[in-house]
Amino acid sequence: MRFLASKCWWQRVASVAIGGAMAWTVPALAQKTELLVYTALETDQIKAYEEAFYKAVPDVTLKWVRDSTGVITAKVLAEKANPQADLVVGTSASSMAVFANEGLLQGYAPKGLEKLSPQYVDPKKPPEWVGMDVYGAAVCFNTVEAGKQNLPKPESWKDLTKPVYKGKIVMPNPASSGTGFLDVAGWLQMWGEADGWKFMDALHENIALYTHSGSQPCARAGQGEFPIGISFEYRAMKTKKDGAPVDIVFPSEGLGWDLEASGIMKTTKKVEAARKLMDWLATPAAMELFSKNFAVVAIPGIAKPLDFIPADYEKRLIKNDFAWEAKNRDKILAEWTKRYDAKSAPKK
Amino acid sequence: MTTAAPPLPSVPRGRVKLLAHWEDRLAQGLLLTSCAVLVVFLLAPLAMILVKSTEDKSGAFVGLQLFREYLQNAALRDSAFNTLWVALVVTAVTVPLAFTFAYALTRSCIPWKGGFRLIALTPILSPSMLAAISFIQWFGNQGALKSWLFGNTVYGPIGIIISAVYAIFPHALMIVLTSLLLADGRLYEAAESLGTPRLRKFFTITLPGARYGLVSAAMVVFSYTVSDFGIPKVIGGNFSVLAIDIFKQVIGQQNFNRGAVVSLVLLLPVLLAFIVDWWMQGRQQSQFSARAVPFAPKPSRGFDLAMLTFCIVVSVFILAVLGMAIYTSFIKLWPYDLSFSLRHYIFGLIDGGVIDSYFNSLKMALLTAAIGTTLVFGTAYLLEKTRGMRTMRAFIRLLATIPMAVPGMVLGLGYIFFFNHPDNPLHFLYGGMLILAASTIVHYYTSSHLTAVTALKALDNEFEAVSASLKVPFYKTFFRVTVPVCLPAILDIARYLFINAMVTISAVVFLYSPDTKVASIAIINLDEAGG
Repeated sequence: MRFLASKCWWQRVASVAIGGAMAWTVPALAQKTELLVYTALETDQIKAYEEAFYKAVPDVTLKWVRDSTGVITAKVLAEKANPQADLVVGTSASSMAVFANEGLLQGYAPKGLEKLSPQYVDPKKPPEWVGMDVYGAAVCFNTVEAGKQNLPKPESWKDLTKPVYKGKIVMPNPASSGTGFLDVAGWLQMWGEADGWKFMDALHENIALYTHSGSQPCARAGQGEFPIGISFEYRAMKTKKDGAPVDIVFPSEGLGWDLEASGIMKTTKKVEAARKLMDWLATPAAMELFSKNFAVVAIPGIAKPLDFIPADYEKRLIKNDFAWEAKNRDKILAEWTKRYDAKSAPKK
Repeated sequence: MTTAAPPLPSVPRGRVKLLAHWEDRLAQGLLLTSCAVLVVFLLAPLAMILVKSTEDKSGAFVGLQLFREYLQNAALRDSAFNTLWVALVVTAVTVPLAFTFAYALTRSCIPWKGGFRLIALTPILSPSMLAAISFIQWFGNQGALKSWLFGNTVYGPIGIIISAVYAIFPHALMIVLTSLLLADGRLYEAAESLGTPRLRKFFTITLPGARYGLVSAAMVVFSYTVSDFGIPKVIGGNFSVLAIDIFKQVIGQQNFNRGAVVSLVLLLPVLLAFIVDWWMQGRQQSQFSARAVPFAPKPSRGFDLAMLTFCIVVSVFILAVLGMAIYTSFIKLWPYDLSFSLRHYIFGLIDGGVIDSYFNSLKMALLTAAIGTTLVFGTAYLLEKTRGMRTMRAFIRLLATIPMAVPGMVLGLGYIFFFNHPDNPLHFLYGGMLILAASTIVHYYTSSHLTAVTALKALDNEFEAVSASLKVPFYKTFFRVTVPVCLPAILDIARYLFINAMVTISAVVFLYSPDTKVASIAIINLDEAGG
């Protein structure tokens, strides 16, 4: 008590405060680090991945903000002045490329990076984003409605421009949906600008409507509202698994695709923990979990064949240039809007 | 934030001469507080959007260039035109429907009034998207009633209009109902004793009394239709409207600058609405004086029967929409496998984490209802019944009319720009529950405000005059007279805010954090997943 009495009041307050803080931080050191993760992964996937991650890395906990790719991308960009997230996980590589351009991500080469296929990783050294798995274009074809309306099963993109399909096809609007843009960018890269637009002109004649979400076309095809929906393979697989009478068509000319990718925000204060998560996302164990939902994952040789998806799926993917996509996105969308949005009267 | 519960002032009592003075000052101070709250939680976030509309993507100032580009774009001009005529049709359909419904509930002797009221409220139990999904199932290509559309497609203006009428009906009903609720029975008795026919009574007593409520309801319906993007997103097909253009810019392309331009175009109707409101202010006479006798409807066979039929038809329509959604939720796979199944519930409630977020929803809704009702009704009271500061009153009225025309998504974005700014001292709110409640209150401010004002306008100012002459401070009159008389309207507002807070997604989608995730977000996550 005497030494306490010898101090003036503020020293006493300070010593108590420091003591208190010490007592609080010592156990805190042993406490878990909490990461705020923004993601566009599906709810059920998050659960599975999180459980496995906790087993591998017990001292990090994850808090998720989940939404569609568009909302997550908008949120990250809107928060640019004062980023909140520590990492972005499972969001399209095209969005990650935008974040990288804005200088929002920091480079990190996760352990075992050399095992990953280089086309699924940011070419920068060290990479600012790392791919998890691939999702590509797919067409849902409702066999029940097709039977009623006498529609043959399409096998290629070109098939979809035949007059028999007039008013039978829905596809996502590339101006509102990343999936829609993936299709358009795929056609343009595969056939070149002139032929690509010529194809879309012909396809436009058959489109019943352009939706504002990438999953809606398959959902509509699954409900039989429209017999054909252009969407992506995960959604198509899910629609079929739910019991809808759809066949999944992978058009023969080639498929546009994107990645689910992850990266660390430049502003995070929890670099150590964030790197642990990135390391884990690049492990074969994690890839095995991804492969339950996706036919192609970033480490070759891990994915097992999935129901309804052909074994040579990866070979059908086109050569995709994310940098070209990012650079030309505005131009492509402006052209698309000019061609197909202006005559927007709904068809019967 | 609370304005309606003024702390008892510690001003020295007994100096009667000063009493009126400090009382006015107190009222003005409270009004200033309300104004400050609206400025911080509405105007400041919107100002951030305004700034974005004059910048290009890199943040450089470009002045009005984006507006010029916008006006030159034919597709966007089309959407503006589409938006306008669709909103006008929805207004022309919804307001008479809501008025007739409210008239039946207040001025007739039909049975089951409580039941009808409850049914009419159900559309706000779900996000507006649900209406659109349900209408696709009724009238879509696989729909049971497809033939009713005579070969027209539901994907387009038809679908948008019927879904919007359904979704907005309860909002309009709340305001119109309030305007009909407070009626002076003596006027009708006098008319009766003079042998005035029913129709003439309607045009000379009822309609003038409800005029302010009708105009307000029309404003709310119009702006709601213009700013909602959930409905056109699901059922709009290729029919482009401004709200979808914003969605494309903000969510599809993350071009906040162009999105901001379209959002500001959406605000133009609000200016018009404000002028109408201001013009109506002076023309509304209060019916409910201190000597008023509550109106009690008398049975009249033919009239009651007609009203009952009308209410039943509307209720069947509403229940059909809700029923389809409930039915779909219990079957395996619409329309191919109609066997009973609980899998949507298991997938939705348990796997989707809806149950976890349910408590957050409840907490947020209670906060919204408690703070919102106090703020809305308190501000409306101060605006209507106290004196002084005329310019600021007009300013607050303008602020109160804005929110309905701001799409929730844009409000949410403005909240990010404003509250997440590193220099904002209010940054600590970001990611918390309070900011979710604040955005919800602001988002639904207009209709709540107009309901409160409609209720207060029906109340004669003589109450305040008498209190003042008896040297009773205004807050005593407020608690002893105004609140009890307006209780139905106050409860309506609280209920309205509570329910909307439970189901809202639009602004909240940008603002929730893992700790404050609400059930409606979990449901929308699933809706995207489940199609």
